[in-house]
Amino acid sequence: MLSPLHKQLLNDFQQNLPISATPYQDIALSLGVTEDDVLLAFQELQDQQFIARIGSVIAPNLIGVSALMAMAVPTENLIKTAEIVNQYPEVNHNYERDNRFNLWFVLIAKDKSSLQTVIADIELTTGYNTLYLPLIADYFINLGFEIDFDD
Amino acid sequence: MIDTLDYQIISLTQTGLPLTPQPYQTIADELGVSVERVMQKMQQMTEQGIIRRIGVVPNHYRLGYTHNGMTVWNIADEFVDEMGTKVGQLDFVSHCYHRPRHEPEWHYNLFAMVHSKTEQGVNQQIQIITELLGEYNLGQDVLYSTRILKKTGLRVGGKRV
Repeated sequence: MLSPLHKQLLNDFQQNLPISATPYQDIALSLGVTEDDVLLAFQELQDQQFIARIGSVIAPNLIGVSALMAMAVPTENLIKTAEIVNQYPEVNHNYERDNRFNLWFVLIAKDKSSLQTVIADIELTTGYNTLYLPLIADYFINLGFEIDFDD
Repeated sequence: MIDTLDYQIISLTQTGLPLTPQPYQTIADELGVSVERVMQKMQQMTEQGIIRRIGVVPNHYRLGYTHNGMTVWNIADEFVDEMGTKVGQLDFVSHCYHRPRHEPEWHYNLFAMVHSKTEQGVNQQIQIITELLGEYNLGQDVLYSTRILKKTGLRVGGKRV
């Protein structure tokens, strides 16, 4: 399953992959393994879907404008409504949640007026009102998520 | 604030760096600029807070964190920044946001995503937040996702970023 190297890579490199011409070599040096070991371990983590990707994570609302939206949909209409909502390319995530407000999706558009247009259109095509829940503040603390490997 | 090259670099790095010895060289080649320029831009955007982090994006679900709760709290608006900052520092909270209420049907203005391997774990986490908030907590709920209906990468205006 997961080797000590896998676990180290998962927990210690969520924040600060070196901005260097050879970042994997730098990681290898810091861990006392070879660059090939690091590349192979990352590839395995990726192939087995333990990691979504290795990449940059961007602060919200710097590119485009986004908002969390919620809708209260009668259960019998949920799938049909979700299908209508999902057709909008501005919809990124859409989750069913166990609440009276049972449909939760994230919209992202190029600016605020496009966002408002899409919201109005979604309300019209689905026939349901939305809760518009944009970010007011983001209490972002720059710490990685510590993965507990004990079962 | 973000120029065209920044935007292109963000597009190429947030979907995943190549797992090759010189990943930034690959990106530089694709954009027709030097690797030094790409790294300088990455460094700058990191210092400016545009890039929050560069690294492994774990798949929590696959790692056994199958219980993911969206906890929501009703905090008096004048205290929400103070409380949000505290809750955001908890190691099991991945995201913590202030969002508007919609009275009368939605009273909650503080959202915190929590992750655990068990339902009991989530309940303990909620208990910890409840104690932390104390008398500032005027009401709470937790919403579990019961189905993923759509999940795509970041797109703007329908175009993949």
